Amino acid sequence: MTDIAQPSHTGAPAMPKKRSHLQNLAANKSLWRGITAIAVFLVIWEIGARWDEWFGKEWMIPGIGLIPPPSDVFEAWLKVLPKPGYWNSWYQSLTRVLSGFLSAMIIGIPFGLALAVNKYFRDIFFPPFEILRPIPPLAWVPASLIFWPTNEMSIAFVTFLGAFFTIVINVVGGARTIDVRYLRAAQSMGASQWDLFSKIILPGTLPSIFTGAAVGMGITWEVVLAAEMISGGGTQGGGGLGFFIWNSYMGGSLEQIVVGMISIGIAGYLCSSAIRMLGDWFMPWRRLF
Amino acid sequence: MSQATTAAPQRTTAPTGFSMFIYRLKKSLLTPDPYLTVFGVALWLFTWWLLCEGLRVDRFDKIPGPVAVFSELFSRTPFQGISIFKSEYYEHILVSCQRILIAFGIATGVGVPLGLFMGWSKRIRDYAFPILEMLRPIPILAWVPLSILMFPGFEAPVIFLATLASLFVTTLNTMLGVDSIDEAYFRAAGCLGSSNWDIFKNVVVPGALPFIFTGLQISIGVAWFSLVAAEMVSGDLGLGYLIVDSYMNNVTVPMVIGMITLGFVGWITSVMVRMLGNWLMQWHVKALALQGR
Amino acid sequence: MPNLNTRGALSIRNVTKIYDPEGVNVMAVKDCSMEIAAGEVCMIVGPSGCGKTTLLNAIAGFHSITSGEILLDGELLCGPGKPKADQGAERMVVFQHGALFPWKTLAQNVAYGPRVQGRSSKAEAMEKARDMLAEAGLGNVTEKYPGEVSSGMSRRAEIVRALINDPKVLLLDEPYRAMDALTKSIMHESLLETYDRTKVTIFFIIHDLEEAIFLGDKVHIVTTRPCQLKKTVEVNIPRPRSYQTQSSEEFRHLMEEVNEAVHEEAIKAFQAGERELA
Repeated sequence: MTDIAQPSHTGAPAMPKKRSHLQNLAANKSLWRGITAIAVFLVIWEIGARWDEWFGKEWMIPGIGLIPPPSDVFEAWLKVLPKPGYWNSWYQSLTRVLSGFLSAMIIGIPFGLALAVNKYFRDIFFPPFEILRPIPPLAWVPASLIFWPTNEMSIAFVTFLGAFFTIVINVVGGARTIDVRYLRAAQSMGASQWDLFSKIILPGTLPSIFTGAAVGMGITWEVVLAAEMISGGGTQGGGGLGFFIWNSYMGGSLEQIVVGMISIGIAGYLCSSAIRMLGDWFMPWRRLF
Repeated sequence: MSQATTAAPQRTTAPTGFSMFIYRLKKSLLTPDPYLTVFGVALWLFTWWLLCEGLRVDRFDKIPGPVAVFSELFSRTPFQGISIFKSEYYEHILVSCQRILIAFGIATGVGVPLGLFMGWSKRIRDYAFPILEMLRPIPILAWVPLSILMFPGFEAPVIFLATLASLFVTTLNTMLGVDSIDEAYFRAAGCLGSSNWDIFKNVVVPGALPFIFTGLQISIGVAWFSLVAAEMVSGDLGLGYLIVDSYMNNVTVPMVIGMITLGFVGWITSVMVRMLGNWLMQWHVKALALQGR
Repeated sequence: MPNLNTRGALSIRNVTKIYDPEGVNVMAVKDCSMEIAAGEVCMIVGPSGCGKTTLLNAIAGFHSITSGEILLDGELLCGPGKPKADQGAERMVVFQHGALFPWKTLAQNVAYGPRVQGRSSKAEAMEKARDMLAEAGLGNVTEKYPGEVSSGMSRRAEIVRALINDPKVLLLDEPYRAMDALTKSIMHESLLETYDRTKVTIFFIIHDLEEAIFLGDKVHIVTTRPCQLKKTVEVNIPRPRSYQTQSSEEFRHLMEEVNEAVHEEAIKAFQAGERELA
């Protein structure tokens, strides 16, 4: 038996005080680096875009020299902000995105679950699905313009398709990676087929459903935008943020193009944040991580 | 010691890919799966035919059916100008593929190193990630007018859009790939006396490879997506242009041929990326195979 | 037992480690001291999540320490003014979940250390790696990837990967935790055999008391978080030891002694119910 005879000379230091949330934020190096990076980005953009103003046309930097500087963009934004037309574009695009996205979810989730759960259903319906999936959604635009009686309906259809494939493939993938042990555990506790589906398979697939929804939301915005740009300006199916950009392009208002791009960026970001928040709310067991 | 005698009989040669394929094919023919698959595809083709050509249901009759499309596709003298015997068809395919190759090449060449460095160095990530995250929510198609204004000619804007789309996906997936590497590998490499560069070569790059290739497969899909959009808006050749041009000229069969070709070519490129990945990641493939996946 | 090895004496003096993620302070190790002689097999036993791994990480140079000092053969690894030890090949770690690079074959894994340290050419390193693997009974799987061999084989290869660097100390973080008892006993035997050959100092974190006594020269029992040395039990059973050792009177006596000390801490740890630290 030996005891460590060495006495402690120094003793343990006292626990440091806990810091407040604000102090933590101020001490966060990453945050300051991020702010610096964005500031530098904006300054370079401003200088690059104004170069030719200061040094003459022959010094114009190709590419960036043609883009309006951020200060002008900000000014143009302030101008359109009070206009109802601008907000109407937001409203129209959001309506299209949500209707396409929701219909894809409503049809895609049951379809995906059926593919995952039933082997025969999968054997029959998965191959045609896989044949159609690689066709980019926008390639469907002309065909759907021919098929559907109104522009609005064809936009809705292509939007639906864009999100549908992504959601289905994620649901199938998610449902098939559920650990068999959970199913066996439930069965040994006497769960019925319906219990297995509603208590194990559905919640087990939720994370993948939300992953698919987040990706699908991104695609939906792309498709809505494209459809608005391609078919926009007509009597029906016009308007929307895509048309806002296209119209600014046709009208030669460069600042407004960038305003439109930023607006869509914000709208898309809000939509994906909403999905993330819904995901946290639906899946409390994942919040910890 | 009777190890030699009790050991399982040694195979003299490892099964090659082809004999493995034949074995799996034979085995799968004994199950109902392949027949159901054929039935599924046939059912889908029949439904398409029935709606568009058989019953000529209202509105569906405007879309060409499978008979019209495939007889045109394999005809030496196509009515509407596009078939596998026409050089225009291959020109469209070639132009689109060239654009994809350039865009995907640039995006991979820039995105993979950028993502690796962002995953590896916290400092680089702190500076680069916010800018990336700021630009990423803007859909690629919102860049269309700006890219037409920024770049001269037809070709550059189209390639720019496809590159941009592909770049975001590749960079982020590569970064996530580095994040996914178990800390223990970095520590083990450190213990073994690696320099930073050794760690980068021997841990960061191979460890991120599975994610990189998953990312590249998504990325090439996104590149096709954007390419088609760009070609539809501003192109003079290419499959996207073929589709929109046929629509404008009221010839619907080449439009459908364009769609099918796009799907097929897109699928081929994605398979090629996957095969390249499997070839580069023998260790990954073998480990997965032993887990029965 | 006389030990001819004179390298690898570790002194851990008054080491304290406070984790500070986002201002939430957690004291993982508090004023912990222990002395490990050169060529000693030293077993560390304590409740899960008590901060044993934190101590190992500090020795290996993965984490900094808040105060105190750690010395290896009289040289300061970390201490005042140098909170984090440099990582180096004289202190080799064998990890809890195994850390053979899955993208390198076993031979490439073993040859990695000598190669990156610039001690030998690629061909020489590979040759030596194959020899050493063969010596450890892994001669027929040298060109396989870790994903293709059993976990027992890959752990053995990992120890070979550590030993090829001729380390002063081998730091083992419960490398056999997930194995079945039979494989584990084979692993222990091969570790003892390796030890008899190299007499390398071993710092071994372990949960199983019986195994700790069976393998070690000394068993250090540490308290629940914050980790502190509670008691040291010396194992004076002569080597080489075999499974019969475990049924001896002396062994049972030691078991009782260790058990008593550990059980108290295990109850405290269980009631605290804290999650393990990284």
